[in-house]
Amino acid sequence: MTDTTRSNLPTASPSTGFPPTSFLPAGHLRCRLPGNRSLLVHRRSAVTVAVAAALALLVATLTVLTGAYEITPGGVVSTLFGGGSGTDRFIVWEQRLPRAVAALLVGVALGGCGAVFQSVARNPLGSPDIVGFTTGAASGGLVMILVVGSAGSQSVLVGTVAGGALAAVTVVLFTLRRGLGGDRLVLSGIAVGAMLAALNDYLISRAPIEAAETAKAWQYGSLNAIGWRPVVPLAVSLALAVPVTLALARSLRALELGDDAAAGIGLGVTATRVTALAVGVFLAGAAIATAGPIGFLALAAPQLAGRLSRAPGIALGPSMAVGALLLAVADLLAQRLLSPFQIPVGLLTAAVGGAYLVWLLTRAPRREGARGAR
Amino acid sequence: MTRETAGLRAPTSEPGADVVPTGRHAHHRRRIALVVAVGLAVLAALCLTSLAVGARGLTVGDVWQGLTHPGDASRASIIVWDLRMPRTALALVVGCALAVAGVLMQALTRNPLAEPGLLGVNSGASFAVVTAITLFGATTIDRYVWFALLGSALTAAFVYVVSVRRTHRGDQARLVLAGAALSASLGACTGIVTMFHTSTFSSYRFWVIGSVADRGGEVVGRIAPFVAVGLLLALLSGPALNALVLGDEQATALGARLPLVRVVAFASITLLCGAATAAAGPIAFVGLVVPHVLRRLVGVEQRLLLVLSALVGPALVLAADIVGRVVARPGELEVGIVTAFVGAPALLALLLSRRAA
Repeated sequence: MTDTTRSNLPTASPSTGFPPTSFLPAGHLRCRLPGNRSLLVHRRSAVTVAVAAALALLVATLTVLTGAYEITPGGVVSTLFGGGSGTDRFIVWEQRLPRAVAALLVGVALGGCGAVFQSVARNPLGSPDIVGFTTGAASGGLVMILVVGSAGSQSVLVGTVAGGALAAVTVVLFTLRRGLGGDRLVLSGIAVGAMLAALNDYLISRAPIEAAETAKAWQYGSLNAIGWRPVVPLAVSLALAVPVTLALARSLRALELGDDAAAGIGLGVTATRVTALAVGVFLAGAAIATAGPIGFLALAAPQLAGRLSRAPGIALGPSMAVGALLLAVADLLAQRLLSPFQIPVGLLTAAVGGAYLVWLLTRAPRREGARGAR
Repeated sequence: MTRETAGLRAPTSEPGADVVPTGRHAHHRRRIALVVAVGLAVLAALCLTSLAVGARGLTVGDVWQGLTHPGDASRASIIVWDLRMPRTALALVVGCALAVAGVLMQALTRNPLAEPGLLGVNSGASFAVVTAITLFGATTIDRYVWFALLGSALTAAFVYVVSVRRTHRGDQARLVLAGAALSASLGACTGIVTMFHTSTFSSYRFWVIGSVADRGGEVVGRIAPFVAVGLLLALLSGPALNALVLGDEQATALGARLPLVRVVAFASITLLCGAATAAAGPIAFVGLVVPHVLRRLVGVEQRLLLVLSALVGPALVLAADIVGRVVARPGELEVGIVTAFVGAPALLALLLSRRAA
């Protein structure tokens, strides 16, 4: 871990001497802010964020403009500005628009929480899917829907966050003796995940048939028939959580150097870690409560973002943007691939994301994070 | 010293045949005999219980009555012969196949966590079956069992390629993770196909969760030949497996023909997993739990493990099926769910004990 990060640390070349303006690490830009402040921006990360966000918006626009319902793109645009018939307005305003917005927001949340989890675990595989969080959240949600019998968005949110956090804490407790970087995190996550998956199957098989159908559709993770009602709380949650997450980036970056080094440069290690985990859990919970457990996106987005941006260490912003892009594309495909049948987008991401993880594992050399504890 | 000699000679000659039995050997033999005796007794008891327990409970007398009067129109006879006998037989065959496949995979990959369910072989077979039914209309087991074999062969080959590239101990997790990811991906594909063709698959729910219920009497007969050939190949490869687990160099030095052994074991895994999954859907953890329990009881002699797992595997699957019938009355819990409830904690326990991880 330290070997790779050390080479990326800012280094001042001896020839340029002291003036701090020359302290610019390779590949970074300095943005001047009002009040004699400045912000260091990794150039390639900024480009990644911009391109991914633009593409995500483009795909979302495409989702809104086209679809099974007979309406021309021009008709959609005029409907958006107040024209069109009642049905047009319903399709565009109540069906297509919330779905496209939800895909973007859930993608941002999952990408962000995946990046935070992986950074805190110092393990590129420490995503919510693998540490059991996603399955645990599904269990929590199913308990709320089937056992407690309340399918309202608030109670499902409580259930998912509690279930996910409980599962993740269990996995972490099993691995604490050897540290979070080790293979044990992955293996315990798989074991706990398998147990919870069996629990989910049990809950569904014990439920009355109608409730079971609802729960099953939710369990796969889907944006089908989503309206504004769940999207608004998600947007509010993200408006709160995303700035906090981005503000944590510097501390997380320091934490990736190792506890001792981070404490040495004046970071409250435990406080940072707890805050970061809380934000990560909150982001994941918000996403899962809206769309159900969407698999492997939180794993894949930070991996792709890291490759695209080549950022040293955690790439929070790019992960969020790439997450939004991935989910927007996945949802468009889920709607159109077997139209009129709507594939639950969670199944599509699991199919593609699982294959992507297999590919990563079979071709890439062993990564540093997984070696950490050995 | 004597133990070591026996272990090294095992691949080429009968173990212990030319070694003077010491106290430890005699103890070991007694232990094996005990395991076999207890295993047989438990299996027999489970078979009886499986015939008696269900939505309508039967007394032992009823079961006996039904058993001894096949073709009788009495209720006991119909329940025993038409409903519970097929699923009991299926559970026995499937358990046998999966447990033996687990022993083979752990030896072949030299990874104590390898298991056909965990590594995605069963998911591959069930995805192939679902695809075959959708694309080629292969709705009878005679036809789709071949696709199941193809699916399990492809995924087993994949798992093997991954495991060969990572031979040292630290990479156990990587293989398991790759398998779990493959499993998740194939499971999602199966889910998409079954949801897309809901009407076609309404009666095939077990291809998402393994189950031995309501599969009809003829299924066991259809897969039995495949399982039999698979078991035969497994037993043939047994002696060489003992060499294989020592590592490639040592195995070659001991005279094992590695490519041949690998091909035979691979064919055996393919037949066993493909046939079991075609009949019952993907059932995980049987191939993990059984070999581990047996290794603790009787040691690491591979032939012994193969034979005993063919005894303990059926007991585990049958017990899981009975538990599934009891805990969820009046409904039933699929056997795949029950084995996951047993197997996942077992996997955790393995990880926590220092031996495996």
